[in-house]
Amino acid sequence: MLSPSDLAAVWLTLKLAGTATAVLLLLGTPLAWWLARTRHWAKGMIGALVTLPLVLPPTVLGFYLLVLMGPDGMLGRLLAAGGLQALPFTFAGLVVASVIYSMPFVVQPLQQAFEAIGEQPLEAAATLRADPWDTFFAVVLPLARPGFMTAGVLGFAHTVGEFGVVLMIGGNIPGKTQVLSMAIYNHVEALEYEAAHRLAAGMLAFSFTVLLLLNALKPERIR
Amino acid sequence: MSIRARFHLPYPAFTLDVDLDLPGQGITAFFGRSGSGKTTLLRCIAGLEKAAAGFLSVNGEIWQEGARRLPVHRRPLGYVFQDARLFPHLDVAANLDFGRRRIATHQCCVSLARAVELLGIGHLLERRCERLSGGERQRVAIARALATSPRLLLMDEPLAALDHARKQEILPYLEQLRDEMEIPVLYVSHAPDEVARLADHIVVIDDGRAVTQGPLAEVLARVDPPLRLGDDAGVVFSGTVVERDAEWHLARIVFAGGEVWVRDGGAAVGRRVRLRILARDVSIARSRHDDASIMNLLPATVVSHVAEDHPAVALLQLRVGDTPMLARLTRHSASRLELAPGQQVWAQIKAVVLVG
Repeated sequence: MLSPSDLAAVWLTLKLAGTATAVLLLLGTPLAWWLARTRHWAKGMIGALVTLPLVLPPTVLGFYLLVLMGPDGMLGRLLAAGGLQALPFTFAGLVVASVIYSMPFVVQPLQQAFEAIGEQPLEAAATLRADPWDTFFAVVLPLARPGFMTAGVLGFAHTVGEFGVVLMIGGNIPGKTQVLSMAIYNHVEALEYEAAHRLAAGMLAFSFTVLLLLNALKPERIR
Repeated sequence: MSIRARFHLPYPAFTLDVDLDLPGQGITAFFGRSGSGKTTLLRCIAGLEKAAAGFLSVNGEIWQEGARRLPVHRRPLGYVFQDARLFPHLDVAANLDFGRRRIATHQCCVSLARAVELLGIGHLLERRCERLSGGERQRVAIARALATSPRLLLMDEPLAALDHARKQEILPYLEQLRDEMEIPVLYVSHAPDEVARLADHIVVIDDGRAVTQGPLAEVLARVDPPLRLGDDAGVVFSGTVVERDAEWHLARIVFAGGEVWVRDGGAAVGRRVRLRILARDVSIARSRHDDASIMNLLPATVVSHVAEDHPAVALLQLRVGDTPMLARLTRHSASRLELAPGQQVWAQIKAVVLVG
């Protein structure tokens, strides 16, 4: 049904989204916790920075990432100095870009979940001899579980659907950086509507399922 | 054996400023209006108010000295919040176990089984927390705190969120806790009946300051500075049950200075009980009247009398033997009876309440 290059694009997309989601949850959890709890003056700035990809055109984000990660960019030089490969047009580059691009979709639900928990359970845990780390794992994580579900699903789905950033930073290399949305674009360019349809319909079904799933995962408060 | 607590904590509404030396045993009530700062004081003692400067030692152990503060989770205390604060993601058994499994085994002197038995929650262990009634929730919260074998138990209005029936359901458990556990309790309340029933010692907090303190019976009988309890003014003292009358369902109780008959609450002969007599339930006569419905007539000596908030009312301080007593009457009556310090009168007591 799907051509080998389409299959490769689907596989690459899933790999990218899975990796990015894992990285996002790892980085987003402490960031969201900090944003939810801090009274630091930089909170507003960091919060805005994290949310920026939400309003920025993906091509703008992609462009600056390209410049930053390119051989003459700050990050590019740093990597080169460390003897590492330049990031543009590699899978690693896609992961970095996706993480930045999807960050608000992970940080916001987590931050909201943490804020909803409030101070009270943390105080109760402290009076029951739990130190802050212990409290985080034994009380905060379980109470924020719906938030983590939402964050994970949104982060994953949003990464699957990205186009502009990938185009700018990864190009369109089949089997290496060509993701699903790119493959659809290529099919349409070549007037292969049927092939485009197969991928596009798949995406549609996927997105719909994701939203259904999200609804089903809504916290089971009072029934 | 004592608790030394000195705190200074400015807030927009008031400044908490206390220097207390509290007994290291029994129940000490922090009593005062809502907003007087009593909960803040309790939170300072727990270490939950990070900005509080001061000093705190509990039975010889220093918990805070200037900038050096033992973090909350390292303080061997139990805290019962007004709203229970059970963890909703855990069932009752796991909630009870939360604190207990975080203490070293050698610190364990209250077993989980003992805490469960004391609060009568054995049948609730498998329950999810949202399936508990308000009273049950609070009992679980108390047992959860006890199960950490605290060396100080802090209770922040544990009954305030409950209706009258639920309160009556929990009070006996608290009495049992007081009588059977050797854990000092600091108990925040604005309800005079709770304090009268439970406390051994009282600290009256107003506007962030401790305005008066001392043994409960002594402080309640004081008229200066007046507690301004209004309808709740009254004394608490203890006595011993010496006789139970089966025909009339009454019990005779002997106290320092006399004896009274009360409704038989089931306490056995020889039991020590706590009695409460409200000032508004005591009237004064210059001679003994046996032709009235009043059953408890006690010879008393007038100590002093002070004006109450309303210009029509006076609070009279009496002494029945060694037991102080208060009577509330109109200033008009006080003047008509020509009451003066040292005078012998009859205290006619309309109601004596057995509070535990």
